[in-house]
Amino acid sequence: MQFSSLIFYLIAGIIVVFALLTVLSKNLVHSALHMVAAFIGIAALYALLMADYLAVVQVLIYVGAVSIIIVFGIMLTRRESMDQSNMPNQNRWWGLIFSVLFFIVLARSILLTAFVPGTGQAQETTINQIADLLLGNYAIPFELTGVILLVAMIGAIILGKSARSTK
Amino acid sequence: MITLEHYLILAALLFCIGLFGALTKKNAIAVLIGIEFMLNAVNINLAAFNHFIKPEVLTGHVFVIFVIVVAAAEVAIGLAIIISLYRNRKSTTVDDLDLLKW
Repeated sequence: MQFSSLIFYLIAGIIVVFALLTVLSKNLVHSALHMVAAFIGIAALYALLMADYLAVVQVLIYVGAVSIIIVFGIMLTRRESMDQSNMPNQNRWWGLIFSVLFFIVLARSILLTAFVPGTGQAQETTINQIADLLLGNYAIPFELTGVILLVAMIGAIILGKSARSTK
Repeated sequence: MITLEHYLILAALLFCIGLFGALTKKNAIAVLIGIEFMLNAVNINLAAFNHFIKPEVLTGHVFVIFVIVVAAAEVAIGLAIIISLYRNRKSTTVDDLDLLKW
């Protein structure tokens, strides 16, 4: 087995194990911590895919911001004890059956499709071309994402304040 | 040799784990975590397709950045809604949030 294949299987194993621990653990704080570990594994996967900028963005936004927001959400909606805070609901077996069936369908359609590998050469650094695309071809979507972030920020502030002011 | 299919199978597995979490959790924050995993699986797909099908043009990376922006906005709004509901109902259990049912 090649060295790069070994690294891929190692990272994939880390991601899947921590994702399963996230979904299956009974304590919500443990879930959040396992989620952070799985996100770090996904950042390593981006590095393996020669996507250096995406790896950095993944660590900054998911490992940094999203996990902190989720931990804050857990803290602000805390109950007495964190044990048993992340229990499955009554749909767990139907959810399991549906997820496994959906994975079988996806895996079968992936394995049956003949993908044509490209012949081009990957770049050493991706940041230059990403900047060219974001400010060139994708300038309007790039501006619109700024509007989305602004609207989301205002909406989050209003939603966070309204519960008190409407009383 | 690691091919595109390996990455796609891994992303499909991660998507289904996230789907399982989103479908079967009582706590609304755990449902949000499941949705984050599903979005991450899609991002792996986009980056893998970019790397294996057309590595000289980085359109897939740009799409991953857009998805990450929308995911960040989604988690901020989702948690604001959950905190607002918690103030009104003193619960984050999804089954208790039945204001729109009658």
